[in-house]
Formats: sequence, structure tokens, C-alpha cells
Amino acid sequence: MSISTQSKSSSSSQRNTLTSGQRPKWLVPVVMVGAIVVGAAVSALITFSVASWAIFAAVLFLIAAPIAVTSIEGSRKGSDAALTYVVYAAFILAVVPLVSVIWTVLARGVPTLSIDFLTGTMGGITGLIDQRAVAEGGAVPGGVLQAIIGTLVITFWATLFSVPIGLLTAIYLVEYSNDGWLGKVVTFLVDVMTGVPSIVAGLFASALFGLILGPNTRMGIIGAIALTVLMIPTVVKATEEMLKIVPNELREASYALGVRKWRTILKVVIPTSISGIASGVTLAIARVIGETAPLLVTVGFLNTVNWNVFNDWMSTLPTFIYQQLMRPVAPTAPDPSTDRAWGAALILIVFVMLLNLIARLIAQAFAPKTAGR
Amino acid sequence: MSTNLSDQEQKQAGEKPASALADAASAGGRAGDKIFSGLSLGAGIVIFLTLAAVAIFLTWQASPVIEIPADEVSGGNGFLSYVYPLILGTLMAAIIALLIATPVGILVALYISHYAPAKVAKPVGYVIDLLAAIPSVVYGAWGITVLSPALAPFYNWLANNLGFIPLFQGPASATGRTMMTAGIVLSIMILPIITSMSREIFVQTPKLHEEASLALGATRLEMIRQAVLPFARTGIVSAIMLALGRALGETMAVALVLSTGGLQWSLIRSGNNTIAAEIALNYPEAFGDRLAELIAAGLMLFVITLIVNFIARAIIARYKEFSGAN
Repeated sequence: MSISTQSKSSSSSQRNTLTSGQRPKWLVPVVMVGAIVVGAAVSALITFSVASWAIFAAVLFLIAAPIAVTSIEGSRKGSDAALTYVVYAAFILAVVPLVSVIWTVLARGVPTLSIDFLTGTMGGITGLIDQRAVAEGGAVPGGVLQAIIGTLVITFWATLFSVPIGLLTAIYLVEYSNDGWLGKVVTFLVDVMTGVPSIVAGLFASALFGLILGPNTRMGIIGAIALTVLMIPTVVKATEEMLKIVPNELREASYALGVRKWRTILKVVIPTSISGIASGVTLAIARVIGETAPLLVTVGFLNTVNWNVFNDWMSTLPTFIYQQLMRPVAPTAPDPSTDRAWGAALILIVFVMLLNLIARLIAQAFAPKTAGR
Repeated sequence: MSTNLSDQEQKQAGEKPASALADAASAGGRAGDKIFSGLSLGAGIVIFLTLAAVAIFLTWQASPVIEIPADEVSGGNGFLSYVYPLILGTLMAAIIALLIATPVGILVALYISHYAPAKVAKPVGYVIDLLAAIPSVVYGAWGITVLSPALAPFYNWLANNLGFIPLFQGPASATGRTMMTAGIVLSIMILPIITSMSREIFVQTPKLHEEASLALGATRLEMIRQAVLPFARTGIVSAIMLALGRALGETMAVALVLSTGGLQWSLIRSGNNTIAAEIALNYPEAFGDRLAELIAAGLMLFVITLIVNFIARAIIARYKEFSGAN
């Protein structure tokens, strides 16, 4: 009975018995085309837009394709197909915002960029100037030099504080703690520190200096302290991972030659893992350079260049973006402020991406050769 | 024999000055060892002190809140009635973000670990990391200028057609700067956390379990349900908890996107607020009692995220003990 049906189906459709009962190759593409066409129709019923078209087409496909597969291959293959399509859809869904963000930053930031924008400051830029710029057209008045310098200086100080502390803590955890209770406590505290919300770090630094120097004190160094709190756990984690993969044979060889432990760490362990540490630190810098909330409550706003973190308010790229968007210089003509915000956002993203790229290059160029991988 | 003996004699003779030298060197070396181990221990202690200082200074600066008369607190009904709408708003934003980011994040992790060809998987991992690298203020700016206007018509539709549900009660915000938008922006920001942590665990699933399942004729879906998910369940839960901690504390996306206001259930009207956004919006101009209020609210946030992170870490610790991974 079963043999006869098999031979019948194979002879009628000219297909191999092995592939009988499987969906034909054209099925899914046909369903997809159908979903796109019907999606366009449904979207046109409401007001047509590319976004709603894409959404309707995707939803229709995700419903119809598994049903079509189920009708031929049964529910097990049908649900398997459903998961496959949902997984691909989720991936596309995750990439869409990324593309949109980067496209928006490029499209709105690039026209603003100019030598004047990069080397000018906001000193003397008033609402009147902005209104005139809107009325007459031309380049966006003002610049971001003060914010670039502020960001670099504050990040530099934060790095200066957090790298030695983070590095030494990681050395303690890997080389000295011997899995003792203190090592476990420190590991736990580092984990807790990773979870501190950035605004709380800012509040802490502000409260600390508020007690010493009086409330509402704003200085670059306070922001640097807040960023340090956020940066230390990242540095510790990255360094710890790198120190752990240094083979124990290297340490033992060094001890066998009579070298002291601290010399072994400085001359053998750290040089072996330096590339990983350097890339970890670079990634940590990339993470804090974009932090906004802690700087908002600690460094204030400023229109002119200030190199000194120990005196006066400062401007940074993230807070500059926030300020220009939320409080335009000319409330009646916000366009120049919005343009400046996007210009600054582009510069900030370029910084972050450069740091990420540098981290990858360091890691790749000097990667220690581990055995068997 | 005699040559051997003379060799030994020579060694003994030669050892004396050498060992004396070593002693002299080790005097300096021992001090170096002590200094270095002291320094590294000190760094560990600095971390402890920093965290203690965070708790102590926040509590100290927030303590005036207890003494402020109830009618002088913002809102005029005491600190608790000031802070609870903020806490609810914070939870609301975080829950919306989690509801979106959890399924998408896990599916993307599955895509990378089990669906994408090996050549594609690595660049995709980079792309997801890129998502994590974009500063939050840029997401916030994107949320105002691109996402909010794009979602406004959709909110209008929701208010017209599903307005009977309290969550979608109209009239919808014309600008689209609502709790829903803030939640969506947050979900994009926490997606990389869920994806990268889940992916790491999915990849660690024992290959033999997967192959055994497939060899019994399971489809890929069944294999994932039988082999991958049971192995990864605790890891996924802890990834979600860590993402929740991040979503609770995230400031800029909400501060920029949401047009803030009083507590309400409708997600598509302007209104609601979160602790972090309240602090960011008001701290720069605050002084005196208002400062104490905001710091007290920050302390609340600190405690909430601390609890969430504790739970996450506890789950991870259990997972490490039992799974045999790592």
C-alpha cells in the first residue's frame, strides 16, 4: 500500500522518493512575494508608508510561511520553520535601529562639520546670532572646541585615576588573593560596582565634593571622579581576564630562576598580557567617554575653553549635546542648536568608534599565542 | 671520582659569594615584594572604600529629607508620596524595555550561535557590540528626532482603536514623546547585554547533547528546546536581571525622550517620570532641601539596582556551581 502510493507520487511529480513529502523549493519565496504584495495592499488601505508596508509584509510572512510548511511537512517541520523565520526577523529588527541611528547621525551631523565648527567655541553666541543665522542661512554659528577639550581632559583624568587602581586590583585578585575570602569580597564588590547607575556615581561625586567645598560646586575633577567610579570595574574585569590566561608555566619558570614575585609580575606576567590589558583599557575609555548623566550633575556647562579641571565649570561633548537639544540658545529658532547637537554627536561617535577600533587592533596585533587555539 | 670531588669542592667554594650576593639582592627584593603586594591589596581596599563612600555620602546628604516638613517637599505630601510615582515610572520604563528586548535579544543570540553561518556570526557579534558602544545621549537624541515622530501616528491609532485599555488611553501625545517611546529606546540599549550574555552561554552548550538530539531525529527547534534552553536557562535569567539593572539606572534616553509629568497608566500620553530622569532634569538647578530630596531619590535608585544586581549575581554563582561550565 505504502509502496504503491510512494511510486505513484514519485512518478506523477518526477521527484525522488527521498524528497517526497518535502516542500518544493519555490514555496517559501512564493509565500514571501505574496506577503510583500498583500502587505503593500493592506498598508495602502490605511495611509501607505514604507514602514507599515515592511511591518505588514513581515507579519504576514511570519504567519503564512509556517502554515504553508505545516500543510506539506507536518507541524513539527512547520514549527521549526516558524522559529527559523522568527530568528531571522529578530536579527533584522535588531539591526534596523542601529542603521537608523548611524544614518541619522551621519545625515544630520556631516553638514554641520567644518573647520570653524571644530575650532570655534560657543563664546559670544547668543540667541540673536542664531536667529540671524536662520534668517540669512549659511554656516551654523559657534563651535564645539570647548566640549572636545573638556571631554578629552576629563576622560584623561578619569583614566589616570582608574587605570592604576583597576590594574593593581586585578593583580591582587589573580596573583595574591589565592582565592581567599578577601579576594572573593573584592570580586563581589567589583560586580556591585559594575551595577552602579551612572547618575548615582555622579550624585556621589557631587555629594562628596559638596561636603568639602560647599553644595553645588561644579568642577571637571568631580566629573572625573564620577567617571572613575564607573571605569574601575571595567578595567578590573578586563585586566583580570587577561592575567588569568597567562600560562602558569611562565610564572614558575621565572620563580625557578630565583626571580622575586613582584619582578615576575612586572617583567613576565604583565608584558605577556599587555595587549589584552591595553585593549581592555581602551574599551573602558570608550565606555566612559560617552557618559552623560554623571557629567550633567558634576561639571555644569560652559561656553568657552577651560583646560583646568580644578577650577570653574567645564563643557563636554555629551552634556553639550544634551544642552543644545533641551535648551536651545535661541528658543524661537532652535535649528542651529539642533545642528550643533548632531555635529557634536557625530564627533562623539567618531571618538567612540575610533577607540573601539584601536582596541581591536591592539588586541589583534599583539595577541599572545595561546596553545591549541 | 677525584674530578667529581673537585667539582663539588669548586661548587661549594663558588657558592659562598654567590649566595651572599643573592642575600643582598633579596633584601631589596623582599622589600619590593612587600611594597607591591601592599599596593595591590591597597587598590582592592580602595574599591571597598569607594563603594562604602558612595553609600555613606549619599545617605548623609539625603538625610535632611527626614526633617523637611511634609508640606515643603515637592508635591506637598511628604517624601514618600513624592518618590513613589518616580519609582513606579522607573519600573514601567524598565519593564517595557525588558518585554521588548528579552525575546529579541535571545532570538538574536540564537541566530548568532545556531543559525548564522560561521563566517557571518562573527561580524554580527561585532555589530551587536557596536550597538552597545553608541553613547546613551545619542540614542536619546535619535529618540526625540526620529523615533518619536515616527511612532506618533501609531499611538494615535492605538488611542482610537484600543483606547478602552487603560495602557492605551487617549488622547495620544502629538509629539510621540511618551513612556512607550522611552521604553523602546531603552530596549534598544539593553538588547546587546542580553544578546552577548545569552550568546556566550548558548555557545557553551555541550556539542554532544545537541548532536544526540539531532541524531534522534529532532528538528532544530526541538533540539534547541531539549538541549540548548535547559542548559542556558539560569544564564538567560541572570542576563535579563543584569539588563534590568541597566534599564533601571539609564538616564539620558528617558530624560531626553520623555516629556515628563505626573504618574498615569497610559503609556502613549506624555507624563510619568523616572528617578534617573528626575535627577538629571532638576539637579543642575537644585539647592538646599530640593538637593537632599533628589539625592534621597538617587539613594532609592541605588538600593533598587543593588538588589536587582544581587539577585542576578546570586543566580550566576549558583549556575557556575552546578553547570560544570567554566
